[in-house]
Amino acid sequence: MRGFTTLFGKEVLRFWKVSFQTLLAPLVSTLLYMLVFAQVLDHHAEVYPGVSYREFLIPGLAMMAMLQNSFSNTSSSLIQSKLTGNIVFILLPPLSPFEIFAAYVLAAMVRGFAVGGCVWLASLIFFPHLPAHPLELVIFALLGNALSAVLGLLAGIWSEKFDQLAAFQNFIIVPLTFLAGVFYSIHSLPPLWRDISRFNPFLYMIDGFRHGFFGVSDIPPLESFLIVGGCAFALSCLSLSLLSRGWRLRS
Amino acid sequence: MIESIPLSRMGRPGFDGAAISIKGAKKSFGQFEALKGLDLEVQQGEFFALLGPNGAGKTTLISLLAGLARPDAGALSVLGFDVGRDYRQARRAVGVVPQELVFDPFFTVRETLSLQSGYFGIRPDSKWIDELLENLQLRDKADSNMRALSGGMKRRVLVAQALVHRPSVLILDEPTAGVDVELRQTLWKFIRRLNEEGMTILLTTHYLEEAQTLCNRVAMMKAGQVIALDTTQNLLADHSRPSLTLSVGQGKPLPDVLIQRATSLPAGRFRLGLENFAEVEQILAACRTAGLEIKELEVGQADLEEVFVRIMKDTPR
Ligand SMILES: Nc1ncnc2c1ncn2[C@@H]1O[C@H](COP(=O)(O)OP(=O)(O)O)[C@@H](O)[C@H]1O
Ligand SMILES: [Mg+2]
Repeated sequence: MRGFTTLFGKEVLRFWKVSFQTLLAPLVSTLLYMLVFAQVLDHHAEVYPGVSYREFLIPGLAMMAMLQNSFSNTSSSLIQSKLTGNIVFILLPPLSPFEIFAAYVLAAMVRGFAVGGCVWLASLIFFPHLPAHPLELVIFALLGNALSAVLGLLAGIWSEKFDQLAAFQNFIIVPLTFLAGVFYSIHSLPPLWRDISRFNPFLYMIDGFRHGFFGVSDIPPLESFLIVGGCAFALSCLSLSLLSRGWRLRS
Repeated sequence: MIESIPLSRMGRPGFDGAAISIKGAKKSFGQFEALKGLDLEVQQGEFFALLGPNGAGKTTLISLLAGLARPDAGALSVLGFDVGRDYRQARRAVGVVPQELVFDPFFTVRETLSLQSGYFGIRPDSKWIDELLENLQLRDKADSNMRALSGGMKRRVLVAQALVHRPSVLILDEPTAGVDVELRQTLWKFIRRLNEEGMTILLTTHYLEEAQTLCNRVAMMKAGQVIALDTTQNLLADHSRPSLTLSVGQGKPLPDVLIQRATSLPAGRFRLGLENFAEVEQILAACRTAGLEIKELEVGQADLEEVFVRIMKDTPR
């Protein structure tokens, strides 16, 4: 247990020590998005009845910020340790694969929540309403953060160079988040694209999260919950099995 | 210095088998066979040297023992704990000082040591950490960031990290590379004390005089196999002889009776191998008979470096 808590604490400390980059920078860029879109697209039609476009954007942007930060925390911590070689400090002690998994993922979720929480607090300036279903909101934030932290872990385990991690991020994570309905409702898409979007797990995280916010969404929240939960579970099993086999970590 | 604290938690109660046992260890990287079915046992309490040229497979073997890599075949255990099946106990029993100078630039020396204690599941023991810092001459660097340390200091932090959980077996992979003479001596004094208190030490080094003075037993590796394994004394007795180095003045040759058995050295010096020290007398007599004046004379002991060079040369790949 102490092994896990120490590694978890170290992972939190790692981003906390550089919180300027890891917390403040993403917060500022998300708020800039909000500010710009709120000004430019203020006259855009309502997305849902009673939900203006700029209100619609807030949960999507908050979720996107959380997902990118939790992904970034696990993946960059692992790749840095691998490249500098200090990963041996974690590989030599009797830490179990599950302890390593849980410590990395939970610390990344703390960062995701910290960024997301600050984004939400700041958004109260634009949208001074409380969420429709707070519990649902928290559940989707937890699941979404967990899923992307696990994806980051997988990317970190898989990558052997920074380039490979950057490719994973730029060609998989960024497109999936941008095409997950952060900026639009999928009902505004042509049918073909709507069908394709249905294969993107990030869509369900953002849509479910938005349901927690407004009480309306494109997809029934239970369906989103099952899909996001299922994906998070499957990817967790995959990363635990890779960690147990030592794939790309214990040559 | 706090002498009262026992330095290490020795051994495994009721277990008197080998500290390290390796049977038929094989490891390949692609087509390349780095370890070719290697057997080795190190007993509890030994100060053991693992020697071999670069690429012999020493680091690979250590990685298998430490669980940093998986063997393709063979069984490896530490204090009877299989490094795969009983990995938790096996890893708790060993401390490893890796060959590469690795560190985490986010933390100070003391933070690094506290974290490492935690990873091993123990509460950071500040008394023990202070003792380590003191003995490794790092006390005034305790709160410096790892980035700010010299190479030799980083190396000593790695030694402290390996000892923070009080292992029974300490494995050091070229710990003195890049450490200056004075600090090397401090390090060995400390490691020797640990060994005297019962800790098993396995060491790889390219400084053979270190291995000769410190270690009771030596294994020599070449191309993934152990090619010599014996006590340091036996190896020296079997493969190295004392020698006499002398000079009879610039340009003057040795008498005929001596010339065949002499090796010519720079600056008009000659070296003659000795079967025993009584031969010195005969050599001096031969010089006197030939009317040669001896300018310089030195008797050399057998040394491990000579043994090493000879064994490596005599063993085909
Ligand atoms: N990860 C690896 N991939 C490919 N080859 C390796 C790897 N690790 C070691 N080797 C090769 O295995 C051989 C033994 O290496 P090593 O155990 O580091 O030797 P030593 O420590 O005795 O100098 C070398 O030829 C080295 O190039
Ligand atoms: Mg080596």
